[in-house]
Amino acid sequence: MDLSDTPQEAEFRARLREWLAKALPSLPAKPSPDDWPGRRAYDLGWQRTLYDAGYGEVHWGADPAVRMIFLEETEKAGAPYVGANFVGLLHAGPTVAAEGSEEQKARWLPPVLRGEEVWCQGFSEPDAGSDLAALRTRAWRDGDDYVVSGSKIWTSHAEVADWCELLVRTDPDAPKHRGITWLAMPMDAPGITVRPLRTLAGTDEFAEVFLDEVRVPVANRVGEENDGWRVTMVTLSFERGTAFVGEVVACRRVLGELALAARENGRWDDPVLRRRLGRLNAEFRALWRLTQWNVSEASEGVPGVGGSVFKLRYSHARQELYEAAAEVLGDWAALDLERPWVLDRLSSLSYTIAAGTSQIQHNILAERVLGLPKGR
Amino acid sequence: MRFQLTEDQRALREGVRGLLAGRFGRERLRAAMEGDAPQLDRELWRELGAAGFFSLRLPEAAGGVGLGLPEAVLAFEEAGRVLLPGPLIATHLAAGVVPGAATGETVVTVVDAGGVVEWLAAADVVQGDAAGAVPVRSADPLTPLHRTAGPDSSSDARTADVLLTSLLTAAEQLGTAARVCELAVQHARTREQFGRPIGAFQAVQHLCAGMLVRVEVARAAVYAAAVTGDPADIAAARLLADEAAVRGARDCLQVHGGMGFTWESDVHLYLKRAWVRARRPGSVTECEELLAAELLAEAS
Repeated sequence: MDLSDTPQEAEFRARLREWLAKALPSLPAKPSPDDWPGRRAYDLGWQRTLYDAGYGEVHWGADPAVRMIFLEETEKAGAPYVGANFVGLLHAGPTVAAEGSEEQKARWLPPVLRGEEVWCQGFSEPDAGSDLAALRTRAWRDGDDYVVSGSKIWTSHAEVADWCELLVRTDPDAPKHRGITWLAMPMDAPGITVRPLRTLAGTDEFAEVFLDEVRVPVANRVGEENDGWRVTMVTLSFERGTAFVGEVVACRRVLGELALAARENGRWDDPVLRRRLGRLNAEFRALWRLTQWNVSEASEGVPGVGGSVFKLRYSHARQELYEAAAEVLGDWAALDLERPWVLDRLSSLSYTIAAGTSQIQHNILAERVLGLPKGR
Repeated sequence: MRFQLTEDQRALREGVRGLLAGRFGRERLRAAMEGDAPQLDRELWRELGAAGFFSLRLPEAAGGVGLGLPEAVLAFEEAGRVLLPGPLIATHLAAGVVPGAATGETVVTVVDAGGVVEWLAAADVVQGDAAGAVPVRSADPLTPLHRTAGPDSSSDARTADVLLTSLLTAAEQLGTAARVCELAVQHARTREQFGRPIGAFQAVQHLCAGMLVRVEVARAAVYAAAVTGDPADIAAARLLADEAAVRGARDCLQVHGGMGFTWESDVHLYLKRAWVRARRPGSVTECEELLAAELLAEAS
């Protein structure tokens, strides 16, 4: 067991730090959260900067340990995360890389890496959430096209996306996992309506996407017809291990800020609050160690169980962190949206729901890891 | 970074597990509880000594195995899995200091900072002042306890030992936590109600999955603390391992239903031992305060 960088890792880290120190000061000002075109330009611009500096493919080709260093150092330096490039870099791109034809790779991958095109994800539906394979958006063949009708939900960046990785039902009579197909849908095709969804935090973080006889060329299908579920699973397993590296770094920073704020306003003298923050310190230290454990496991190519374990514990810990923040703020300040951490407290509520609810994660661990009988 | 067990570490773990399975299986565990008071098995103790359990971290030049804290943590995790009785940590830490401790000839115990002594009557050497110690009617049938008049004043001199005791305690708790998770899963797979294994019900599944999560989070914290030896890492490891063992044993008991409440079941032995270990110095309050102070120091 070795927690220190190898010589190559240390060199990568040092070089990255040096580059970040030079690159970050010339970054443009961060756009406001409701300025979608501004956010798109900002996120694509950052990806282009990374690409030009040779870091464009760090999410793909690099060893997981190197990717972890990249995410840790960029977060510590205050650099942007993937933002609008999330689906392109971490979901659709890797899927195309793994399952696409040579023409498809040549068409779709370079624009993602160069920061030219944005992808969004059309997986969940109003009636297909945890039970994703129950999705009902229909697609049928008409010549060289699929004609698609239905609706998708929780689609981030739909307003500014060029492409949508779309799951559709091509065989309604087959068992539900076997009638699904993966398509790349151009977002400027006629028949697409995007309706922003306002979250409980008051922001338009994602959208509903309505599809009314949208034509998608058969050439945009990745994998075989009705083989989309398998193709999708390739995507979902891609970022295992490193998905939350930056967030854990950020949470540990917030925890330190909470301690300072509590000392400032006198609440640090309350042993109950103090110990609560101490406990969270243990929690996030352990989550960092678990990340290192999972990443090392992934480097060895061992399929691990770490993803679900980490996701369950982290999503809960993040909510606890911002509950503690509310206590540090105290009284009316915890209700003042102008204060730091109050909006974060609200958005933390999505963590135990998005990307597999805590209940689904428990099911996965019970059935696939502990080998308990299929639940009911 | 390669935060995984090395081949040698895996082999060591398997070796200790094999040794303990052969020499301290379930029958021996139950046999150790017979009679008025638990007796220390001196023959087993010497065997552990011969296998290097106590001399694991002593340099080879001093007759030890020459390994480090990570290996010691793996060995104590295995001891925790089978509820190996005795003042294992005190004797391990006395190896090279107290003659005979390394080989298992001498059994060493310690008066801890809370004034409590485990296995006083069985020990050949007691570190600290145990004068006037009175027996406690121990809740754990496999850990005799004595208490002294007050906190041991000489314990300050052993700060390093207190830290290592906390880490090795965390390792034992981790072993227990992993074992009770396995026991719960085994029971849930085989016990049938309503015409199917109770493990097919989500309410039971989620209890078991929760146990697994606590084990794996504690494992990362304990192994990392063994690598760094950092006091804050050790405090975090101890907090999470105590929680994984105590809550895990309670959930295991719950999964076992009525049988879990019986003397005949082993589940209560895991819970009681987890309680004994959880009260050792480096308790919840101390760890949380240390980690809170460390937060401020780091952020300022």
